[in-house]
Amino acid sequence: MTDAPITARDVFARPPVAPRNSSLAQLTATRVREVIREPEAVFWTFVFPLLLAAGLAVAFRARPPEVRVVGVLPGARAPELAAGTLAALDSTEGLAALAVDSASAASALAAGRIDVLVTPGPEGVQYRYDPTRPESRIARLLADGALQRSAGRSDPLGVTDVQVSERGARYIDFFMPGLLGMNLMGSGIWAIGFSIVSARSKKLLKRLVATPMSRAQFLLSFLLSRLVFLVLEVLVLVGVAHYAFGVPLRGPLAVLAVITLLGALAFSGLGVLIAARPQTTEGASGLMNLAMLPMWVFSGVFFASSRFPAAIQPFVQALPLTAVNDALRANMLEGAGLGAVAGELAILAAWAAGTFVLALRLFRWR
Amino acid sequence: MTGTAPARPALLVEGLRKSFGETIAVDGLDLEVRAGECFGLLGPNGAGKTTTIEICEGLTAPDTGLVRVLGRAWSDDADFLRQRLGIALQDTQLSEKLTVEETLSLFQSFYRLARPVEDVIALVALGEKRRARVGTLSGGQKQRLAVACALVGDPELLFLDEPTTGLDPQSRRQLWDLVEQFKATGRTVLLTTHYMDEAERLCDRIAIVDHGRVIALGTPRELIASLGAEHILHFVPADGATVDVEALRGLAGVRLARRVDGGVELAVRAVHETVPELLAHLERAGVPLAELRTHSPTLEDVFVSLTGRQLRDD
Repeated sequence: MTDAPITARDVFARPPVAPRNSSLAQLTATRVREVIREPEAVFWTFVFPLLLAAGLAVAFRARPPEVRVVGVLPGARAPELAAGTLAALDSTEGLAALAVDSASAASALAAGRIDVLVTPGPEGVQYRYDPTRPESRIARLLADGALQRSAGRSDPLGVTDVQVSERGARYIDFFMPGLLGMNLMGSGIWAIGFSIVSARSKKLLKRLVATPMSRAQFLLSFLLSRLVFLVLEVLVLVGVAHYAFGVPLRGPLAVLAVITLLGALAFSGLGVLIAARPQTTEGASGLMNLAMLPMWVFSGVFFASSRFPAAIQPFVQALPLTAVNDALRANMLEGAGLGAVAGELAILAAWAAGTFVLALRLFRWR
Repeated sequence: MTGTAPARPALLVEGLRKSFGETIAVDGLDLEVRAGECFGLLGPNGAGKTTTIEICEGLTAPDTGLVRVLGRAWSDDADFLRQRLGIALQDTQLSEKLTVEETLSLFQSFYRLARPVEDVIALVALGEKRRARVGTLSGGQKQRLAVACALVGDPELLFLDEPTTGLDPQSRRQLWDLVEQFKATGRTVLLTTHYMDEAERLCDRIAIVDHGRVIALGTPRELIASLGAEHILHFVPADGATVDVEALRGLAGVRLARRVDGGVELAVRAVHETVPELLAHLERAGVPLAELRTHSPTLEDVFVSLTGRQLRDD
């Protein structure tokens, strides 16, 4: 370049030229640049889910079977029986016995320091426990078996235990597909929603529609840039799930790709729809949380969505994140092919198409 | 390039009206901007300048009225018009993450025919900043980039809405140079401003706008001459003493007399004719003077004489 000043006369004397770059490519490149030049976006998209997965992998790592604690309270009418009971329980596999007195028994039970309170008496044994706690029910069963056998019961059936640890049945196996689904939702809705609304609040949208820019291309560029990041996101999360945590990939990978693609389109549509009208990013972030909250709760990210009552299952099953999570789990853990997840894919396609059509009708360009 | 054909107006506006709820922003406004001129809409904030220019830019639909841009209507030829207009809105914030070059490449890609990005960067003197992110530019540099985005599509008609608001004096002068160079190529500019010096320097003709109407139209010289005064006398009585403004109108050479923020302003034919009479008059009335100034009349004085208000309240 030269330092000689170029005047408008010089510049405008030359004929204009046809631009070299296509506007769709330029718009898409703009979206990609906006994301990768925002370090926070990279953190929340790639680093945060991996940290979350690592934390949960530590919390739910394989451990020796847990020991249930039984409290033994000497009975008022036969306090001498307590010592024998304590010894019998303490020598039982899976149980630890703890002597308690009547002052500390209630609080130990309430705080969960003991799972069941055993009080031996001359006519038999009393168990005090909370039946809604699975740990307490297990402890009661184990304790009762041990005490009955030490009192002389003989079991008529011979028993052989074969212990297994199956990949695919651990919590991390359940969680990783859900985390991938949640990430697709978060990056679709946040990235697109914020980008559009902040362009509107900065009057950049208004400036753009004053040019000959194609409005369809503008919205399309958000989808295309999402697909660029989708590939990276899925590769990173699925790769770490499989190679670092040993999560199985039993189904066809092509089907996994289709599920994530349709999921990303559905969440992008939702992102554009949420961003169709708000004038401020504050207003939009409220709407985004409102849209995502039910899916965080109901869509089976952290625990199975089948836990919710049958009455609300039609609602739960219609949520796009439920469809993504169910399809991902079916594919990754159970080896489901295209046919087996067709229902979920149809739900996602309906969300993608419906939200885009609605968003285009509602979209405010200024 | 200067054609011999009878000049078709670059912009024609007749009977334009626009309300936002209860607020009437534009109230029967007429304009005719000739091809090749720089036309200014001068008026205080809230006068309806921005609404008018956004209607001409096709961003806002008028309630009623006729708008013809380059001889075409927005309802019929929106695509053609967007290709031919250059627009700098009031306070657009371009994407902070993009560089100067990338921003212009993006805008350039929207046009069928455009100026090379390099040329436009040189035009607004942002060569050293071509790889700088927009977020790191100063206010003046951002404003120049906004004008570059308006120029990259090789426009026939350039709309600039308050192009120098909030800029330092040096940046303002750079932008003025740019507009003058653009105009020198025979193209048309419509700008809004509430700075009278900007309007006087850049505009061939000016429409003074107030309450959504054109209240005066002409060249800066014509508008100032319409005051019929060669000088403006401004004095401030000491100790808050009051002056009978009516009586001042009878003094020699006084065309106009009015009270303005704390003082009194007289539009006069000649300073040497009026000042002795004024001093004598104040002496008789027992009004001591804190300040006496004189200046050549400006568009500000024209606006004040038309509306009784200041253009800017600062």
